[in-house]
This record gives sequence, C-alpha cells and structure tokens, in this order.
Amino acid sequence: MNPETHATAATSFLRDAERTGWHDQALWFVRQKRDLAAHAVPEWETLRDLASAIKRHTVSRLAQYLEEFERRAADNGVVAHWARDAAEHNAVVLGILRGRGVRRLVKSKSMLTEECRLNPFLERNGVEVVETDLGERIVQLAGEEPSHIVMPAIHRKKEEVAALFHRTLGTREDPDPVYLAEAARRHLRGLMASADAALTGVNFAVAETGAMVVCTNEGNADVGAHLAPVHIASMGLDKVIPRTEHLGVFLRLLARSATGQPVTAYTSHFVTPRPGAELHVVIVDNGRTAQLGRPDFRESLHCIRCGACLNTCPVYRRSGGHSYGVTVAGPIGAIVAPGLDLAAHASLPFASTLCGSCADVCPVKIDIPGQLYRWRQVAVAGGQVSWRKRLGMRLLGATLASVSRYERAGRLVRLLLRRAPGVIGHPALDPWSRSRELPPAPKESFREWYRRERGAR
Amino acid sequence: MNGRVALFVPCYVDQLYPQVARATLELLDRHGVGVEFPPEQTCCGQPMANAGCERDALETARGFVRTFAGYDYVVSPSGSCVHHVRHHYDVLEQTDEVREVRARTFELCQFLVEVLKVEDPGVAFPHRVGVHVGCHAQRGLRLGESSELGGRPGGVMRVLLERVRGIELVELDRFDECCGFGGTFCVTEETVSVRMGQDRVSDHARHGAEVITSGDMSCLMHMDGIIRRQRLPIRVLHVAEILNGGTV
Repeated sequence: MNPETHATAATSFLRDAERTGWHDQALWFVRQKRDLAAHAVPEWETLRDLASAIKRHTVSRLAQYLEEFERRAADNGVVAHWARDAAEHNAVVLGILRGRGVRRLVKSKSMLTEECRLNPFLERNGVEVVETDLGERIVQLAGEEPSHIVMPAIHRKKEEVAALFHRTLGTREDPDPVYLAEAARRHLRGLMASADAALTGVNFAVAETGAMVVCTNEGNADVGAHLAPVHIASMGLDKVIPRTEHLGVFLRLLARSATGQPVTAYTSHFVTPRPGAELHVVIVDNGRTAQLGRPDFRESLHCIRCGACLNTCPVYRRSGGHSYGVTVAGPIGAIVAPGLDLAAHASLPFASTLCGSCADVCPVKIDIPGQLYRWRQVAVAGGQVSWRKRLGMRLLGATLASVSRYERAGRLVRLLLRRAPGVIGHPALDPWSRSRELPPAPKESFREWYRRERGAR
Repeated sequence: MNGRVALFVPCYVDQLYPQVARATLELLDRHGVGVEFPPEQTCCGQPMANAGCERDALETARGFVRTFAGYDYVVSPSGSCVHHVRHHYDVLEQTDEVREVRARTFELCQFLVEVLKVEDPGVAFPHRVGVHVGCHAQRGLRLGESSELGGRPGGVMRVLLERVRGIELVELDRFDECCGFGGTFCVTEETVSVRMGQDRVSDHARHGAEVITSGDMSCLMHMDGIIRRQRLPIRVLHVAEILNGGTV
C-alpha cells in the first residue's frame, strides 16, 4: 500500500484548522453557485438523463466513434495520432515539436498532459513549457501540481498568489485579484506571442464532424492556438461524442455544474488548421481501454471533468486536492485512479463516507458511491489493505454470524467500556477517542432487557 | 394494519443504545403494531461490507435473511442498515426469500408515514431541535430530497417531527451535509471524520439547537462524542425517542 495514504496527507492538510475552513467554504460557495444555475433550468434532470444515455451509448461503440472522428478530422486536414499510454503521448508530442524546431510551447486546459507528466518530460528535452491558464500558471510558478481539475490553484489564497507573483514576476505585493489578473495577462501575452507551438486539451471531440471543442473562461487557449504555427490537441479517448447536436446537452451541463456559469466565456470549435499552420490531435488511451473492460467501473468513462463532485465532496473540501496524490482528485479520481494502479491508490476508495452527494451533482449521473463501494471490495480481494484490518474484519464477520458469539462479544465490549475506558479509549490505540468521547456502556443490552421483560426464549 | 411485523435492532444500538430500541418498540406499540423481536438477529453485515470485506459479511447477511424471512414487514430504527439490506444484498443469491426480505425491510419513519399512514405522532417536545438525516436515508433510500437535486429540508422524518407539539425545528446552513461518521471511515480517516463532525455540530449549535435528532444512531454517536468532548450544551436523541414522547 502507498505509504502516503489519503488519510496521512489529509491529516497534514487539516493541521491548519483555519485554512481548512476557508478551503471548505471556498468550494461550498462554488457548489452553491452550481445549485442556483442548475435549478434555474427546469429540464435539468432531463438533461442529466440524456447526457448519461448519450455517454452510455458512446462508450458501448467507442471504437466506431473514434474511428469516425479520426476519418473526419483527417478529411479536415488534421493530423491524428494514437497513443497507447503516457510515454507514447509524450513521445508523439516531442516528435512534432522537434520536427518544427520548437523551443517554447504554450499550453492551456489540459489535465491529460498533467496525467501524462508531459511538462517535466519536455523540459528534460529542452522545450520550455508555459502554462497560460491563470490557475495552471500559478501552480507552475509555485512548482506545484493542480489541486482541482477545473480550478487548479483553488488551494491558494490571493495573498499567496500576490507573494508568488512578486517573487517570480516582479509585481508589487498586492492581493487585489484585478491587479493580479492584469499582471498575469501582461506576463503571458508576450510569451504567447512568441511561442512556436500551442497545446490544448479537448472537452468534446465530435465524431460526425471531426471538430474539437475546447471550453475556457480566459481565452488563452484560443490566443495560443491562433498565434502559433502548430496547434496540438491532446484528448483522452473518452472525449468523443457522436454528433454535434449532443453538444447542446453537454455544454448546458458542463459550465453550470463546474462553476455555476450558464456557459464558459469561450467555447471554441477547432475544425481545420489555419492556412499555413498545422493542427494535430493526439488520442490517448492510458488505461481507459482497461477501464472499459471492467463492467463494474466502465461508467467512470462517462465523466466530462466538470469538477462538481470535488466541490460537493465533504471529504475533498476538508482534505484538499493534493491529499489524493493523483491528477484527478476527489470522488471521480477515487474511482479512476485504482484502475490505473490499484496498489498505489488503494486508499482512495476508502477516502469517502459514501454520502452520495457526488452522484447527485454529477451531470452524467455516474454512480460514484456505488463504484467506491465496489473498488473497496476489489482492493481487499487484491490484498491491498493491512493484514490487521483483514483479520479484524474476518473476526468481526465470524462474531456477527453467530448470535451466541455476538452476545458474548457485546457483553465484553460493554464491560471494557465501563471498567477500562482509559485503556479501550487510549488515544494511542483508539483513533476514535482522540477528539471524541466514547459511547455510553449500558449494563444491559436491549435483547437482555427484552428477554427479561417480554419473556422471549 | 395486517401482517406480522419484526423489529430489527442494529447491533450497536442493541449493545450501546438499548433505550433507542425500547423507544422504537414502544412507539410501534403505541401505533397499534404488535411487533416481534426475533432473538436470532445480530447485524445486517454492513460494518464488514463497507470496509471492503463483503465476503466476511456473507454469513451475517444470510443470517439476517433467515431470521426475517416470513415476516410481512421488517422495521428498523436505522436508515443506514436498511439501505444496506436493500442496496447491497446483491452479493447474495437472489432467491425469492432474499428478494422478499429486501423489499419488506423499512426504515422506521418511512414505515410510520408510508405504511401506517401516521399523521399525528400525538406527542409533545417543547425544544429547539436540529434534524440530521443520515446520508443513506437521504440519498440512498431517498427518504428526503437532497439539496443537489433542488430539495429543501423535508422527508418522512421531518414530516413527523413537524407535527410534534411545541417543537421548534431549526434551519441549518447546510441541511444535508454529511456528519463524517462513515463506518470504519471514522477511525481510518479519523482527522477528516472529526472535522466533518465538528462542522456539522457547529451548524446545529450556531442555529441554537438544544437537541440534534436523527433516524441513525451511528451519526448521533459520532456527533455526541464530539459534543461531549467539547462540552457543548446539546443533547442527541434518536427520532424514535422523541416520537415516543421522550423528554430531554
């Protein structure tokens, strides 16, 4: 099992109680904005049902739609590449960049390249990488990873961003968001204007037209892609949708679920390369086909990466995105990551109370708590939990399977709770008692009372 | 009402909160239901299954089905255990017996409102009360409409509490936020669990609740542990205790 489990990392995060409260409230605010936007659409639940059905259909014919997308894209003059895993993706991108002598690549809105660890790979190979999305640029300058798939720097306060910009960009230390955004704009404009290539993510790839749709609020994906002579779009193979009309469903759900906006400021359709420029698409598997092959977990491929399940998750809000140790954090990450590397991420399906809030905000209705429950079974069956827990659960199961053993155990527990609460509730042995009092220990169980009073048995 | 009704008392309620099981028994008596307590019962199996050890829970789950087969209704003062029986017994072979027991197992308030059609609980409880619907009741069994789906505080438990004389139900900032108990989560993710519980209790305290009530004693056990550690002037009571005419 990973030594840095979610619980360990979360405990570090929670040490700063004031900050935890701030983080929780910041994300709850986004959740509330989502509620207002979603509930203003009378047919919201119909849209969710439709989106879920379109995704289920698409995933059931994934190869067919991907090949259709590739053909249409090629007809449009787009160069399509396939990548089995992160290493192949990174090699494809480097190959394109080397062929054109690219020294600086500007990037925007790509969690897939985070997943593939593209930036350090390119930097090792002599390519300067500049993130142009404000949140992404903040975490890049800070030498961090994104903590959220839609708001990568949500864990940073504006005062911290002011200090970071002061240190790295030479701005004055002013936490005014307008000042900071303007400083970032000036800093990034020059870098984008002189970039040799641009890389963006893809929100939706439309099979019938070969179009790649990118949704952003800052427009830097567009600036980068329209200025550079080479545009590379990297997409997971789960991003394909059959037809343009389906965008009408997903685009109404995406921004409302993500941030409570009716639509993102920019919804750009990249179809053909500009005259004299190149447009590439890299279609990446990296574990997605394996997930498709797992009937219990296939549904996780329906995700449109809106981040709503992160914003609503009471565990995510109080443990921060970095505590998950994966690119896609939160509830959706906890059902995706075990499919990539069960041993490394076995603690994630347990980082949940199974409260079900994620399933109810999910715009494509993924049964996240159901999948967390199933991943727990897989993790235990695969030997990914401690022998102590395995043994404990086996003993508990054997005890509860027999009424006489159960009664004896119950009497013993109550006796210990009464006679030796200091031992049973010692903080070193019992995590319950570190911040909670033990439950009461009545002399008589209900069934003992019932036998005495009602004379059963 | 016709039919044989069995009472299922969750294991930890049987051992640690016998007064809650007694209140449930008496409450059903008050509403004219002669309820039996089959003595072979132990647990639904959820503690092992939620921890990923579904196979260690098989014998317990089979025992549950054997114990309650043949009853027309199985009633339990726990949304969480009922949710487990209804939603996670797929692991058992789906014999007629298993299917029937699953479909006939009811959470207490749901049974009172939907089966017995209780409209007036006929009791008084003159206190300011915060309502905590456990997540398995709320979003699992849909015994209340969740905020994510545009719901307001409501559901079968609140319907009953609203008719209790003299009661004042407090409004919370986040009416359906999880308390953080989560079964073994409460110890394996101890720090997150405690923080969630502290935040949940604070919401009730901020709005002047004297009592927090719930249909799930497990949520209340967790919150009560925090309340007593912090020496807050709040009591927890299972909803069966209030509906049975209990006092603070």
